[in-house]
Amino acid sequence: MNNWLDALAWLVDPENLTGPGGVPARTVEHLGYTLLTLVIAAAIALPIGYLIGHTGRGRGLAVAVSGGFRALPTLGLVTVLALLMGLGILAPLTALVILAIPPLLAGAYAGVGAVERSTIDSARAVGMTEWQVFAQVELPLSLPLAISGLRSATLQVIATWTVAAILPVGGLGRFMLDGLPVRNYAEVLGGAIVVILLALVIDAVLAGTQRIVIPRGVKALRLASKRMHA
Amino acid sequence: MIEFRSVTKQFPDGTRAVDSLSLVIPSRKTTVLVGSSGSGKTTILRMINRMVDPTSGVVEIDGDDIAGKEPVKLRRGIGYVMQNSGLLPHRKVIDNIATVLYLTGVARGRARGRALELMDTVGLDRAFADRYPSQLSGGQQQRVGVARGLAVDPNILLMDEPFGAVDPIVRSELQQELLRLQRELGKTVVFVTHDIDEAFLLGDQIAILKTGGEIAQLGTPTEILSNPADDFVSSFVGTDRGARALHLAPGRFGNLVIDGTGRPAGILVNESPTEGPSWPGQTRGPSTDGR
Ligand SMILES: Nc1ncnc2c1ncn2[C@@H]1O[C@H](COP(=O)(O)OP(=O)(O)OP(=O)(O)O)[C@@H](O)[C@H]1O
Ligand SMILES: [Mg+2]
Repeated sequence: MNNWLDALAWLVDPENLTGPGGVPARTVEHLGYTLLTLVIAAAIALPIGYLIGHTGRGRGLAVAVSGGFRALPTLGLVTVLALLMGLGILAPLTALVILAIPPLLAGAYAGVGAVERSTIDSARAVGMTEWQVFAQVELPLSLPLAISGLRSATLQVIATWTVAAILPVGGLGRFMLDGLPVRNYAEVLGGAIVVILLALVIDAVLAGTQRIVIPRGVKALRLASKRMHA
Repeated sequence: MIEFRSVTKQFPDGTRAVDSLSLVIPSRKTTVLVGSSGSGKTTILRMINRMVDPTSGVVEIDGDDIAGKEPVKLRRGIGYVMQNSGLLPHRKVIDNIATVLYLTGVARGRARGRALELMDTVGLDRAFADRYPSQLSGGQQQRVGVARGLAVDPNILLMDEPFGAVDPIVRSELQQELLRLQRELGKTVVFVTHDIDEAFLLGDQIAILKTGGEIAQLGTPTEILSNPADDFVSSFVGTDRGARALHLAPGRFGNLVIDGTGRPAGILVNESPTEGPSWPGQTRGPSTDGR
């Protein structure tokens, strides 16, 4: 018996490609969860991260809290929260938001931290308001690192939503969790393949975005310094 | 006119960068603040556009206490040029020059037109307009910085070691350019440097600073060279080492002036230079006017 061939057969079986339990529907579900998680996490992490980056204050605290968050075992957290909040989407959503915050937060403040102090100082000295310093200087110049943070948050969230299927929620984790007890390894592997492909595609999209948002002058700067070091 | 009246600046960590400084900076002249590292030059300069607020004392511009002015508005009306240009790396040269114009709501087209004119003013080829700062040499970047500083046609131009990071040849080019600009525009320039030769070349008035923003001597180059206030000043300007001692040697077209290192600085002619200040250390020579 060849598991891979079975998995491929499972993936192209029309029965698995339609209906509310089919691969496309589950993929959309999975993406929806992921997006919801990231939006909530970003709404919390980015303002705090940029405030820390802009003011230069609270960085130590942010590093400590992020470190603590990162150290939490996600599955344990999901379980504890499920016990507290009951079954359904709320517990895993909360756990994954907590998981996604550290990389987003770090991307934002590290992104601002990487901008030359003299650039920011002179923007202020020619008469930019604090908001203009943020919007016209810190934000655009922080994007490469901020999107790095978004990439790692996204990968973790996509991967971890599969685990959350232990609580009865949808998403691509269903195939793995449902296939396992009935020894339907084709379904388990097929589901895993879809998750991996999804993660790769999304990461490629973000990598592309990252290239696009690197400000042109900054790209030129990198080229120039590469030439110098060559 | 900019006036400091017993201004003190103590930073939160306890450093007294400036201690009861009183100084008058006349309008339409170049005042150079010169002193060694840490003597408080930058701090003094930044108290003029409220990038730093004094701990005590008053800074006035044309008789108005600037403590009562809104910092952002004040800064938009004062040109600021710093070492390493401080340009925005993600904006093209033309948009960098127009930064303050955009901030004050000048329409994009007009702002860009003005930016192009300013490129001419500072001697930058308009072909550089669409480049990014990183695609320019250090000297060209400084010119962009000066153009940005001039964009709103401010009365006051603050310059913090603007030519400190370029090679000597480019520096001397930029210095000559600034002298020309100043002849044409007549701004109130406050120029910070730790290079005493630069100070003598550019300054109508020079303040030699000791640590703590204390003024060791304030005067024209002539006054300082002919009558150094104390040992600190004479050592700073080099008179004590004989570095500024000149002597004459006969030559075919008149007496050659030989400097302290034995190099000819120029030829002594009887009439004094037609324009600009004159002082004992100045002669007409290859290094200053290129002939
Ligand atoms: N933000 C600050 N906080 C604490 N101390 C400061 C701060 N800025 C400057 N200082 C201190 O104040 C003193 C004067 O600094 P300032 O930058 O004005 O000197 P400077 O004459 O411009 O020196 P340089 O030639 O090196 O630029 C120094 O001892 C410096 O360490
Ligand atoms: Mg300084």
